[in-house]
Amino acid sequence: MELVLSAGIGVLAASGIWLLFRPRTYQVVIGLSLLSYAVNLFIFGMGRLRVDAPPIIEKGGAGGLLTHSDPLPQALVLTAIVIGFAMTALFLVVLLASRGFSGNDHVDGRE
Amino acid sequence: MCFASLCFALAEPPAWTTIREERPIDIAALLLPVLVFAPLAGSIAAICLPSRQGTEAAWLSGLVAFLCLGISVFLYLQVSHRGVITWQMDWIPQYGLNLKLRMDGLSWMFSGLISAIGLLVVVYARYYMSPSDPVPRFFSLFLAFMSAMLGLVLSGNLVLMAIFWEMTSIVSFLLIGYWYQNAQARDGARMALTITATGGLCLLVGLMLIGHIVGSYDLDAVLASGDAIRNHPLYLVALILILAGALTKSAQFPFHFWLPHAMAAPTPVSAFLHSATLVKAGIFLLTRFWPVMAGTDAWFWLVGLAGLTTLLLGAYFAIFQHDLKGLLAYSTISHLGLITVLLSLGSPVAAVAAIFHTLNHATFKASLFMAAGIIDHETGTRDIRRLSGLFRYMPHTATLAMVASASMAGVPLLNGFLSKEMFFAEAIETHKVNLLDTLTPYVATLASLFSVTYSVRFIHSVFFGPPPRDLPKIPHEPVRWMRLPVEFLVLACLIVGVVPSLTIGPMLHTAVTAVLGAETPYYSLAVWHGWNLPLFMSIIALVGGVLLYVLMKPYLANSVEGPPYIRRLEGQRIFERVLVTLSWRWARLIEAKASTRRLQPQLRILAAVSLLAAAVPLLHRGFQPAEIVLRGIDPAFAFVWLIGMACAVGAAWQAKFHRLAALVLLGGAGLITCITFVWLSAPDLAVTQLLVEIVTTVLILLGLRWLPKRIEQATKPEEMTFGVRLRRLRDFLVAVACGLGLTLISYTVMTRQMPGTISSFFLERAYSEGGGTNVVNVTLVDFRGFDTFGEIAVLCIVALTVFALLLRFRPASESLEKPEQQQVQNAYDDRHPDRAKGDSVSDYLFVPAILMRWMFPVIGMLAAYLFFRGHDLPGGGFAAGIAMSIGFILQYMAGGTRWVEERLRIHPLRWMSIGLLVCSATGLGSWALGYPFLTSTSHYLHLPVIGDVPLASAILFDLGVFSLVLGATVLILIALAHQSVRAPRAHIRAPRVGGKEVS
Repeated sequence: MELVLSAGIGVLAASGIWLLFRPRTYQVVIGLSLLSYAVNLFIFGMGRLRVDAPPIIEKGGAGGLLTHSDPLPQALVLTAIVIGFAMTALFLVVLLASRGFSGNDHVDGRE
Repeated sequence: MCFASLCFALAEPPAWTTIREERPIDIAALLLPVLVFAPLAGSIAAICLPSRQGTEAAWLSGLVAFLCLGISVFLYLQVSHRGVITWQMDWIPQYGLNLKLRMDGLSWMFSGLISAIGLLVVVYARYYMSPSDPVPRFFSLFLAFMSAMLGLVLSGNLVLMAIFWEMTSIVSFLLIGYWYQNAQARDGARMALTITATGGLCLLVGLMLIGHIVGSYDLDAVLASGDAIRNHPLYLVALILILAGALTKSAQFPFHFWLPHAMAAPTPVSAFLHSATLVKAGIFLLTRFWPVMAGTDAWFWLVGLAGLTTLLLGAYFAIFQHDLKGLLAYSTISHLGLITVLLSLGSPVAAVAAIFHTLNHATFKASLFMAAGIIDHETGTRDIRRLSGLFRYMPHTATLAMVASASMAGVPLLNGFLSKEMFFAEAIETHKVNLLDTLTPYVATLASLFSVTYSVRFIHSVFFGPPPRDLPKIPHEPVRWMRLPVEFLVLACLIVGVVPSLTIGPMLHTAVTAVLGAETPYYSLAVWHGWNLPLFMSIIALVGGVLLYVLMKPYLANSVEGPPYIRRLEGQRIFERVLVTLSWRWARLIEAKASTRRLQPQLRILAAVSLLAAAVPLLHRGFQPAEIVLRGIDPAFAFVWLIGMACAVGAAWQAKFHRLAALVLLGGAGLITCITFVWLSAPDLAVTQLLVEIVTTVLILLGLRWLPKRIEQATKPEEMTFGVRLRRLRDFLVAVACGLGLTLISYTVMTRQMPGTISSFFLERAYSEGGGTNVVNVTLVDFRGFDTFGEIAVLCIVALTVFALLLRFRPASESLEKPEQQQVQNAYDDRHPDRAKGDSVSDYLFVPAILMRWMFPVIGMLAAYLFFRGHDLPGGGFAAGIAMSIGFILQYMAGGTRWVEERLRIHPLRWMSIGLLVCSATGLGSWALGYPFLTSTSHYLHLPVIGDVPLASAILFDLGVFSLVLGATVLILIALAHQSVRAPRAHIRAPRVGGKEVS
């Protein structure tokens, strides 16, 4: 489980970082999205991997880390997903605006 | 953390503590914050007045200044009786930062001076300022400055002192630049700010060092540990830094040049800032720290050299000024130098003289500035060469100015004479055996001689001689009220000069004992000390000064401004040269040599640095990756991730030429992420990820249309240059190294035992304190609600930014045409007379459109479901908001922009603002009930049929989150979707505007 997920994180991150270095704006946007998957999974993984132990407790009771997975990284990642969406949207629009102004889709606005 | 502690501090009831515990209500102590904050409140009130209501603003300021003066007078008895009054309120006690105000004799003297001269200047300014200026702004800044000065002299905490010090710098910048339409005023203000704020920065560090040496920022503690400070190895550093603050503020050589340029300010500002307040702040600081820092050789040399040079140079330069205010400015510099020299000597009697001269200089210089303002106001010029014989037009003002100048020159029976005599007496004493000390009496006499010369010049050339010719205005006496403040100050000069010990004596004594304590020496304030050396020095200065004026008169009448020979050696030129070199040439050079504006190298550096930053410490500490165990791998999970990795690599590979394919593959990777969350017990994440994935894909699809076509050419391998390949290889290696590193770290961490974390806190208390069973949701809306609040604010800002960017968006001209598929469809419609244009498009989507339309209520229901179960089960405001926005975007896809907007009321901006308001109101609501920001309570509400519904106040917060997320997402999507409607219209309009293509 851990091995597969960490390999997955690595591949996502490597693909994302590779795209970040490319000259086309669209590549950079896709790269950032891939990288943010990797980072979200990485943060999530810091709470350790558990199967069948969602952090949802009994009514009136109290949970513990023995019976439930770690809620804190999940809360952080939930925030990160939404912020990641906002970032993608913003970059996409900046990309379009830059394309409109400069007439090309190079990251520096000129070939 | 900072916000949290701030909220905490605000929520706590303020701890009112006074030093006298046995007297529960100490009125004197409670008056101190009034003294500091009443002008600040007045300043805020004054700025709210309309710009025409100058008289009201003047009344307000006058009342506030009068109140401050009244408080100061009232507190005199307390201070002279008790010694020190303190008032304290905790601010950030963890860092030793308290709002501590402390009044002893010295701060009393300064606050009296500030409020008295402040009151007089307000009266004067009421008649000086022209109604066409925005007068309320003037008075508002004036009061803010007064508050800053009072705060500075009263602060009993070093950090607080630094804060007020900065405030004086900033407000004086605004005051000097009051007539900002005037380039001179802007330059002068900027120069003053650059110099004094740089000094302020040094001062801050210096005060921190003192705090470090003493172990406390409390002024009482600092004043009690003089020996510890003077003997500490950091003494010299702290001294230099503090002097940098004090000397820049008090315009001492070599930082003196900003002051003459600050004369572009309105005259009331000069009268206030350059007599009693701003420039005296440095003197105050030196006097304040005199007991703990003076007396060493370093102090003697640094302060003495700066003071002596300033004393002489200022007086010399003043002779050659043709601007009345310029003359007074250099004279101010010189007199400040005199006070600095006195403080440098380290002897208690000299300190007495310094404090005394501070008072005297403030009185005569304020009146002289006001007189110069009257002359300017009534004649229209300040040029000494054009003014002449004004005595016959304004005899009252002339008499007043003469008395004040005589005091400045040190004529007997006026207050300036007394402190100058004390200065001479101290100058001839031997304090240290060195060259500087030997030189002091000669320099003092010479500077005093010069000061007689410029004083005589001021009086003789302005008020005597032939009647003036072609002045801009016919000169006459000013209104009665404008002269009153001058009369008052000149009277003070006279009375103090004639009977010093009966008038100023006791107050001076209070101030002096506050500084010197047990060391207070015997000093005499008598006018007549017999025929002694200081008197002879005075006589030499007076006679020599008058003679020098007579000799130089012909030269001065026609010379250019500035002293001969060293005229070109202006501080201002050097300052500007330095600024240009630093902020332009060097900055450009460094950018050109060490930086780049290209994104790719920057990102490469970023990635490489993060790689190193992670690798170096790990390798240094002997990082051992965990052993790789292949057993126990779920084959299904492995298969899922095999697809995920393939998607990621495919997206990276296809993103250049096959954007749609890359987008699909990206979505694939997103889905795998989503499945992982489900698999590994994170249902909330899975829901949110899935929904966000849909919206992101739609968003990028909407954007794809505006990107340039890029068709893969059959690039033969040999056509790729060696350089390109090398670059690609390097990028590939960096990317793989980063990926590998992440894999190793995450594998190692994930296979280790979890250390103790704070997570169990959330699990244990989610129900008992948050009232919900879904711990992630409770964490987001309750425990860490403040974070969420910040986050939705970010989302809001992003949506607005997107909206604003797209408002100005002009697509590239080749993207303007309709997409190829639509062109084909429309051409087909055109060929068939029975079809209207656009029919084919709706035919294509006929069945999906009906489905999508009917999905709207279903999706709305789903969103409501997600929202209401959120507190207990996976779901919540985020997920619900995004789900609802998908409902809206489906309608757009089914019916087109116009169809939807004719049928649905879509106001994303309104939804966003409602969301943000609801969230803040929920937070503030708990404040109103006396709890920290965003505290929540919870109950279950039993509804028939539906059952128990969780009803926490956090659900209101979640409602705000829902509304904001919905608004922001819809706003972003719609703004982008609108482009296809707007762009052709904009394109048609554009050529008409200017005759040629604007975009």
